[in-house]
Amino acid sequence: MELSLFGQQLSLFPIYLSLKVAGLSTLASLILGTLTARLLARRRSVCAAVIDSLCTMPMVLPPTVLGYYLILLLGQKGLVGSVLKEVGFQFMFSWQGAVVAATVVVFPLIYKSAKTALEQVDPNVEKAARTLGASEISVFFSISLPLAARGILSGSMLAFARGMGEFGATLMLAGNIPGKTQTLALAIYDAFQAGNDALATCLVLLTSGICAVILITADYLLGGSR
Amino acid sequence: MIELSVQTTLKGKHGAFSLDINLKSSASRLVLFGPSGSGKTLTLQMLAGLVHPRQGRIVVDDTVFFDSSKGINIPARSRRVGYVFQDYALFPHMTVWQNLAFALHQKEKHFPVVGSAFRVLFPARLTEEQQESIELILELLEITHLAGRRPSQISGGQKQRVALARALLISPRLLLLDEPFAALDPLLRIRMRKEIDKILQNCGVPLVMITHDPEDVDAFAEDLAVYADGHILAMEHDFCSRSLFAQDSLSYLSDILSRGGQADRPFGFDDV
Repeated sequence: MELSLFGQQLSLFPIYLSLKVAGLSTLASLILGTLTARLLARRRSVCAAVIDSLCTMPMVLPPTVLGYYLILLLGQKGLVGSVLKEVGFQFMFSWQGAVVAATVVVFPLIYKSAKTALEQVDPNVEKAARTLGASEISVFFSISLPLAARGILSGSMLAFARGMGEFGATLMLAGNIPGKTQTLALAIYDAFQAGNDALATCLVLLTSGICAVILITADYLLGGSR
Repeated sequence: MIELSVQTTLKGKHGAFSLDINLKSSASRLVLFGPSGSGKTLTLQMLAGLVHPRQGRIVVDDTVFFDSSKGINIPARSRRVGYVFQDYALFPHMTVWQNLAFALHQKEKHFPVVGSAFRVLFPARLTEEQQESIELILELLEITHLAGRRPSQISGGQKQRVALARALLISPRLLLLDEPFAALDPLLRIRMRKEIDKILQNCGVPLVMITHDPEDVDAFAEDLAVYADGHILAMEHDFCSRSLFAQDSLSYLSDILSRGGQADRPFGFDDV
């Protein structure tokens, strides 16, 4: 699949892969991040504080550090990776690896916004639901989650945009294999390194356009939903 | 009948607050009176099972809700205690009808996580019987015309009626009202006081009410507990009949609070 833009022949694969990786990693983080946020919201213990900072770490650590940790964990000789290798699956140099890397990177964005949003839900409203006979699960799904949805969604939109631009951790874990693990960000780096400035410019404009569309859509959806 | 004997300590930003309450009342209307921060709301939340005391025992009618020595602690959802919050705590994302329906949905058996998520998207339909009971309570509280509105679209007095209707729908064995009239303007307050009095007479649910307004004490108290600083300063049984003799409950109440429970009591007030 190829696309012609400003006289440049572009492969569509990096765009498709970037969207896929960003989408899947956002979905994974949405579930994991919201559940973690639910478990840690309104907790004030030392243990909760430690877990909270661990969950936020990916936001401040250099992506290369994250990539390195992931290799230690999922690499061929890694803790989990060596077990998975036995069953014939590996995250290294595969698009699934890119998803894992992006998930770790975008997780804090969703976790943080979900936690803030859940903590802003009026505790009395949740308590009222309990006195009406609601179980904790029912309180979460029918009261807390709908009331926090706006905050969680805006976090997800940021996460998706961030996932589109993920570079460092993905490069470390999934590598830069054209047609297999080469996302938009990696393709730009490749083109620039190869001295193909025209292609790089095209890809840069394309990425900027896609991200702008995502942010504008998010703003529109979140602003117009009430 | 309510029997409550609890001790607990809360740590807040401004130091620790300790609560030590012994309360026994078989009246159908118990009023907890006292200044803000004296532990009234905490007592109510313990009755509802929203806060757990460090130790003690809570019994309502013949059901033990909480007993630290025997390790009994019935969760809030199983206590069937109707709670009307001071700020009403209506579900802002649901219509009045849905707020009421929520109370009935919870009677169904509990679904596992997936089922629960599914139910949020596709709520179970109410049986005809359930719909009727909602319509009945809407009529009783004269809010039928509000059924389709959201809490943000109705007034304070209307919110209170909805909150009361919602609490009554679980057919509670005990109804808790936290400062029910504090947020209303004075004229509405007088009206709602009369109306709630009438509705409660119809329903016959035992009531525990928190207030710091002596007029509420006059209007509702059969039994009266005067709170200060996490303790009960005075417990007065059968207050409504005796207040005929001690006409001025306001001066009595302020007296008792200002002297830390050592007030010169009018006829009939006992120490606790």
